Parts: sequence; structure tokens; C-alpha cells
Amino acid sequence: MDSNMDSMNMPKKSPFSMQIDLQRFEKATDEEKKQQDVMSESTTFFKDGMRKLMKNPLAVASIIVLVLIILTIIFAPLIVPYGYSDIIKVGGKRDKSAKNLAPFTYSAKEIDYMEETGEKLFPHIMGTDSMCRDYFIRVVYGTRISLSVGLFASILVLIIGVLYGSISGYAGGRVDLVMMRIVDIIYSLPDMLIIILLSVVLNETLANTQNPIIKSLGTNMVSIFIVFGLLYWVGMARLVRGEILKMKNNEFVLAAKAVGASSGRIIRSHIIPNCLSVIIITTALQIPSAIFTESFLSFVGMGVKAPMPSLGSLANAAREGLQSYPLQLVFPAVTIVLIVLAFNLLGDGLRDAFDPKLRR
Amino acid sequence: MEEKGKKPPLLQVIDLHTSFTTDNGEVLAVNGVNFTLEEGKTLGIVGESGSGKSVTAYSIMQILEKNGHITEGQILFQGEDITHYSPKQMNVFRGHKCAIIFQDPMTSLNPVYTVGNQIEEAILIHSDKSKSEARAAALEMLRLVGINDAERRIKQYPHELSGGMRQRVMIAMALASEPSILIADEPTTALDVTIQAQILELMQELQRKLNMAIIIVTHDLGVIAQMADEIVVMYGGRICERGTADDIFYRPAHEYTKGLLRSIPRVDNMKEKLIPIGGNPINLLNMPKGCAFCARCDEAMKICIDEVPPELRIHDTHLASCWMNVKNQNYMEVPDKDE
Amino acid sequence: MTKYLIKRILLAVLSVFVICLITFFAMNAVPGGPFNSEKALSEATKAALEKRYNLDKPVIQQFFLYLGNILHGDFGVSLKTGRDISGTILECFKVSATIGGLAALFAVIIGVVLGAIAALFRNRWPDRLIVFLTTLFTAMPSFVFATFLLMIFCIQLKLLPVWDASSKSLVLPVVALAAYPTAYITRLTKSSMLDALSQDYIRTARSKGVPTIKVIFKHALRNALIPVITYIGPMLAYILTGSLVVENIFTIGGLGQQFVKSITNRDYPMIMATTIFLAVIMVVMNLLSDIMYKVVDPRIKLD
Repeated sequence: MDSNMDSMNMPKKSPFSMQIDLQRFEKATDEEKKQQDVMSESTTFFKDGMRKLMKNPLAVASIIVLVLIILTIIFAPLIVPYGYSDIIKVGGKRDKSAKNLAPFTYSAKEIDYMEETGEKLFPHIMGTDSMCRDYFIRVVYGTRISLSVGLFASILVLIIGVLYGSISGYAGGRVDLVMMRIVDIIYSLPDMLIIILLSVVLNETLANTQNPIIKSLGTNMVSIFIVFGLLYWVGMARLVRGEILKMKNNEFVLAAKAVGASSGRIIRSHIIPNCLSVIIITTALQIPSAIFTESFLSFVGMGVKAPMPSLGSLANAAREGLQSYPLQLVFPAVTIVLIVLAFNLLGDGLRDAFDPKLRR
Repeated sequence: MEEKGKKPPLLQVIDLHTSFTTDNGEVLAVNGVNFTLEEGKTLGIVGESGSGKSVTAYSIMQILEKNGHITEGQILFQGEDITHYSPKQMNVFRGHKCAIIFQDPMTSLNPVYTVGNQIEEAILIHSDKSKSEARAAALEMLRLVGINDAERRIKQYPHELSGGMRQRVMIAMALASEPSILIADEPTTALDVTIQAQILELMQELQRKLNMAIIIVTHDLGVIAQMADEIVVMYGGRICERGTADDIFYRPAHEYTKGLLRSIPRVDNMKEKLIPIGGNPINLLNMPKGCAFCARCDEAMKICIDEVPPELRIHDTHLASCWMNVKNQNYMEVPDKDE
Repeated sequence: MTKYLIKRILLAVLSVFVICLITFFAMNAVPGGPFNSEKALSEATKAALEKRYNLDKPVIQQFFLYLGNILHGDFGVSLKTGRDISGTILECFKVSATIGGLAALFAVIIGVVLGAIAALFRNRWPDRLIVFLTTLFTAMPSFVFATFLLMIFCIQLKLLPVWDASSKSLVLPVVALAAYPTAYITRLTKSSMLDALSQDYIRTARSKGVPTIKVIFKHALRNALIPVITYIGPMLAYILTGSLVVENIFTIGGLGQQFVKSITNRDYPMIMATTIFLAVIMVVMNLLSDIMYKVVDPRIKLD
């Protein structure tokens, strides 16, 4: 070992002289080097976002709550043997005694019937209302209505808003200017007032219509959609336009342009995917706001037509008997709060997970 | 220390470790940095982004983000360890003893207050001057940093000034309480080339006038060559080489520094081909156990993978941490502090 | 600034015009016309209406005549009561403005304080509690909250009186109206505060040796309040529409209750007048909050 060192001509003072193993001073291979190059796991934007979303307990809980609610409103009407508009019947006869029953109780007639036949009747999970209707099924239908109003209204907003915003943002110049002035005006209109006003008018106008679709949906429902289509898209349009303006000057769009890609292609394959997170988040947050609006209109008496229930109209109807039957308000109110809460939290979770501005 | 009759150095950083706690784990941004700064001298810290150079500077000022903290080591200011200072003591140190200017003067000034207000604030905190005295001092500072029409500028908001002017304001604000150290974190990166030179000249001029020490943190080798008495090259949160400008530029002794020099154009050798350093900057979440640079190093040896190279003295003023120097026996001695 | 002001005011005027236009023609689109309701009107009312609304003239002309009238503060008479509408509106508005103003004040003060606290104690229990409460309140429709308040405090506990115009009876309506805006402002303040705290100028302030408290209150909060100001306009609009619900629940004789009553009664002139009146207030409030925003943020003065 000593002779080995001497031949290397190491300086005597060196503390390494005793420990140096020459083999270790051979060149490292690329593979050995690569092992050192520990990169963080490469993930796609979507995967990374989903991983973050799934780590967020509130967002996961919201998803679970929403899935449960959706499953309930799909399957409950198939299982529960009561109709949302029908007075409870016992042995084929209307049971007028089944008024305002507490949850999981039966009316006198029902009890008699069950004793007579030995058949077990389906329980009234949330009791009954003042018109002897099973309250659970009414809340289920109310949730159906409220959720579909929220969903369709948001889809409407999504389509109009994204189209308008992307055209305006992409066209730029004078077109953009005019289109944005229109948005400004609509934006400055007090939406709730206009909604009420239009609902009043549309109610009267559509009242005599023979159109089967409008009839089955109820004129109020149609007017809610019209109003959403007319007013609520502006926020989305502004957002999308803003994103596009930001994106337009980005290198990758310039590069696509330089290569000669068409405008439509640039919007479709470059800009929209990049705006997607903003659009999804806004849509998720639009649903609760639409549900709010619907419940508000129901409160003012402009909601869905009786006997069709919505969560808002149920809650409103329950105010009359509030002192004696507070649960009739609690059930729809809690359902609204749950749905809105779940969408809000999910929207927040999505934003935290997908909004690039928040990633650091 | 006083008894020994030897004044302690102005600033001494000993084995500094700083890390950030993140969702993905502990980011080891600085892993054992040592250096000494003498009064009136300029220390340059160079390195690419993520090398820990800015974090070192912020550690000295203790202005790290909330999730960042000094985990080990000492920072001695005139012989006193400031890492154990209370927040109150630290507030005196910041601004009064040591000031900092940042990369982006656009965002570093508060947009809702006037320039004057922000400079006066710095003065009022560290002195018992009255408001009007502070105003006068702020005006004087603005003139000192070469702002014309200071009376008008002092009433303006940051957005009404140009980038170069804002950086001058930043300097005025930093120097308002006459600190003995000025840290300049990429002071010219966000500025036009012509303005860059002006700002650097200004800093040198003020350094002479006020006899302060400067730590200049940058990735720009040109800036550092012009300014620094001593240069520290950082990679992966460690110092890989240090020495005078001549040492670093003409006799680089670390493969990273060599690569760095090959990757920038030089006036004295225009014909030479520029060679970029291949590979990716290292992942600070997952520090390799050997030399941080070895994955990107053309000369990497087996020992580089397993062991961190010790810092060896190449020359009087010149130290480097590279196993190549051991292999080629290109060193004078092993400094005492390393085992 | 002047250019912006002019532009903004023009936009506001245009909005008001569009609102009048929509309101008028919407009401005219009601089958049979707004004034030919099946209700038997007295001859005198009918004559007054005919004259007031120039029903014999073409629609466009009617519109402009109506516009001219409301510019003079003449909204016509109510179909239901036969009383002068502008008088009724002003009377009701006093009540609504008191409650709404208090609610707005409450929302801004409490919201900013809570938001700042949440930002400072980020991820610790005060923050978590505040986040929990604000998420809950933003998910609760105002009529649900107001009904529960009424049920608990007036009916069950009998702590507070139902509306009797006393200051004590103001408490519940104000709280019910302010709940949502307070929660919203809290969230807004928190996020903009966190945003401000992560800015470079905060690092600069710290590096100057500014004490933490002063960094937060002088450097961060002022910047963080700018987005809050932009919300004041929408908040007042929310409070005004919210009053439709809250006033009905607490049976307060304000503009909101009047409006809902006129809808149920199909009292078209009243609906028209109230819509326009409320809309103008909202547009003006939006205008003011936008202008205030520009005043507070010096960066925008240049354009």
C-alpha cells in the first residue's frame, strides 16, 4: 500500500494518503451518475391536481356527499312507494288523517291497516306534510328540481360564457371593445331584480302556452333558465376573455401561430385546455349560486309551480307551520345547505388543486 | 474576543444550514455555508437559481418565507451570534446594521405609499428623528443616489418611476439608516443593460463614501467580476469554490465553475465555442449523498457519488471542493476545520 | 382619472336607461297590457291611468313620456292603493336604508377584522373556526337563516321583539342581512391579506426592520383592503335584494316587503317603479365603489 502511494507521488502532509482507494478515482459511468440525478417524480398537470384534490379531506367529503345525494334522488323514487303529489292512500283510499306526521310514525288508519293485513307499510322517513303527502319523497323531488336547475343553468352559463368570452378575447380590437361594453352593461344590471321582473312577465306570457316542454317544466322554471341564459354568463365571459388575453401573448400560442395553425385550432387545442381549470372551477361555483337563486325565487313566490316541489318552495311552505312542525323547514334547509356547501368546498378544492396561480 | 486584541470580522457565517418545510418534504436549500466578510469589502455569491445563494442572503436577514428556517450554524455579526436574536433585536439589526435590496424594484416597493413615505419609515424606525427631519434626510438620500428633482420624486408613488429610478429608491431606503452591510440580491437582473452599469457604479461609489461592506448575490458573472473582492461559487446549497476574481476566472478549480465559465461568452476569447452545462439542476428535496454536481459533471468519478468533497486550499486566497483536485494533487493543504 | 370618471358615469347612465327600457317593455309585454288587469278599477283610477301613462299613444312614445315623468320623480299611482308611488317608495326606503346601511357597516367591519385574524393565524384554530363559520354562512340561503333567527330569538327564547321599529328589533334583521356579506368579506379579506403578505414589498418592509404588527397593519392591510372596496357595490345590491326576503320574514314595512307585495298583487306600476328605483340605487352604489377603488389604489390613476 505504501509503495503504491509513493508511486502516486502524494504530498506527505496529505491526510488522504492513508485512506485513498485509487479505484474510487476512476471515472464514474453514466448509469452511476444517473442514479444521483434524483428528479422529483414527473407528473402531468391533471394527475398532480387530482392527487392534491384527493389529499384534501373537505373536497373528498364533498364528493362523497354529492354522490350520496345524487344516488338518493335517482333511486329513492323507485323504492319509496309514495308520489310527491299524492295524498297517502291506505288500501286504495285517501288517508286524510296522515297530516303532519312526525318522522317514522304512521297515521291511525295506517296502523289499523297494518294490524289488519299484517303487511308492513313503508315508513315516512321525514313524516308527512300538511296535505298528507310523504315528506321524504317531496324533499327528494325538490332536490331533483333544485339540482337540475343548478346544473342546467350552469351548463347554459358555461356554453354562452365560454363562447362569448373566447370570441371577444380572441378577436380583440374593436370587436372586443363592443362586446365587452355589452358585458359591462349587463354586469351592472341588478340581476335579482331583472330575474323577478322577467319571471313576472314570462309567467303571465307563458301561462297560456300549449308547448308541452314548457308545460311540463313549469313556466317559472323556463323563466329561470331564460334569465340565467340572459344574465349570468357575463362573469364567465369576462373570466374566459381575461385568460385568453393572458394566454394570447404567451410563447406557445405565438409558436403555434408561427407554424401556421388556424385560429379555431389555436383556441381548441391551446387556449381552451389552458383555461379549463378556471372554467371548471367557475362552473362548480355557479351551481350553488343557481340553487340559491331558485330558492330565493321560490320564496318570493316565483319558483316552480305547485304541486312540483323545489327545496326553496318546500322551505317556504314550511314557514307557516314553523312553530308546530319546525322539522319541515329543517329537512329542505339542511339539504340546501349540504348541497351548496359541498359544491362550494369542492370548488375551493378544485381551485387549490388546479389553479396554476396558486401553485408555488 | 476583544481581549485577544483582534477585532472580530464584521460578518461571519459558520456552517449555515437552511431548509424549507413543504408538502413534499424538507427542501434543503443551504447545506453548510461558511464565509467571512470584512468591513468595506465586497463579497460576491454566484450560482444558478436554486443554488441557495438568495436563501443564504435571506437567512442572514432572517426574512425567509414562513416555512423556512435556519436549522444549523451560526451567523456572527461583529462576533455576536444573531441567529438567537429576539424579534426585537432582529428588527434593529435589519435596516440599521444590515440592509438589503432586491431583484425586482417593481414589486419591492409598496404600491400604495409614496416613495418619501417609505424611505422616511426606514429612517424613523432606527432613529429618534422627527417627521420633518426624516423628510429632510429622505430628500438627502434621494439626492445621494442620484435622483434628480428629488423634491418632486419624493411625493410620487412607485409606479410613477422607471425601473432604474425605483432601484435607486430601494438603495436610498436601504442606506437611509447607514447600515454597515448592504446585501444586494440580483440588484440588476430586472434592469436594462445601460441602467445596470449605472446602478453598479452607484453602489461602488456609495460603498467608498459610506465605508460599508457589500454582499452581492447574482447569477451574472460579469457583475461579480466587476464588483467583488472575493467570490463564492455556490451549487446545491454548498460552496464549491471561492477566491478572488482572478482565481475564479483564470484558474477555476471546480468542475462546476469551469462549466459555468465555458457557458458564457468572453471578450478575450471570442472564438471559443460556448458549451452549456448539461442535465438538470439538482433536486433539493432529495440531495445526493456525494458531490451535488456529480450527476452533471463530465469528469465525475466513483468517489464523487459517495462522498462530499472536502474544501481544499488551492492557493493562498483560493479554495475549492472538488475531488478532481485530490486526484490531480492540485492543493496546498487541507484547511484545519475539515476533518 | 377624469376620462375614467366620464366613461364610468356614461356607463351608469346607460345601464339605468337599459333597466328602464327592459322594465317598461317587459311590463308592456304582459298579455293584455299592464293596466288592463281583470281587477275592476274605479273610473277615476282608470282615467288617471289613461292620462298618466298616455295609453292612447304609440308604445315608444309612451316609454319616453314615462321616462320624462320619472325624471321628475313622478312614478304614477299604485293600482292597489291608488296612492302616489314615489311617496310610498320614499317612505318605505327610509326603513330599508336604515337596516341595509347598518347591515353593510356590520359586514365590512366584522368581515375585515375576522379576515385579518384568519390570515394572521393561518392554519391555526382561529383561522379554522372562521373558515368553518364563513363556509357555513355562505351556504345558507338568507331566508333559512332569517327564519331560524326569528324562531329561536323571538319565538322560543323571546329575547328580542318582533319588528316594532325599536332599535332592539333592528338586531335580528341586520344580522340576517349581514350574514352572507360578512362571510364573503371575511373570505375576501383573508385571501387578499395572504396575497399581500406574500408580496415582495412585505419582504422589503421586514428587511427595513419594521415591526411585524406594523408590517401587517400598515403594509399588508392597506393593500388587502382594495379588493374589499370593489365588493361594496355588489354587497349593497345583495343587501337590497336580501331585504326582499328578510323584511318579509320579520314583517318590516320596508321597500322589500312593498316590492314582494306588489308582485303578488300584480300591481304593475308599483313593480315598475320599485324595480327602477332599486336598480338606480344599485347602479349608483356600484359607480361609487368603483370610483372609490380608483381613489384608494394609486396605481390606477394614470389611465
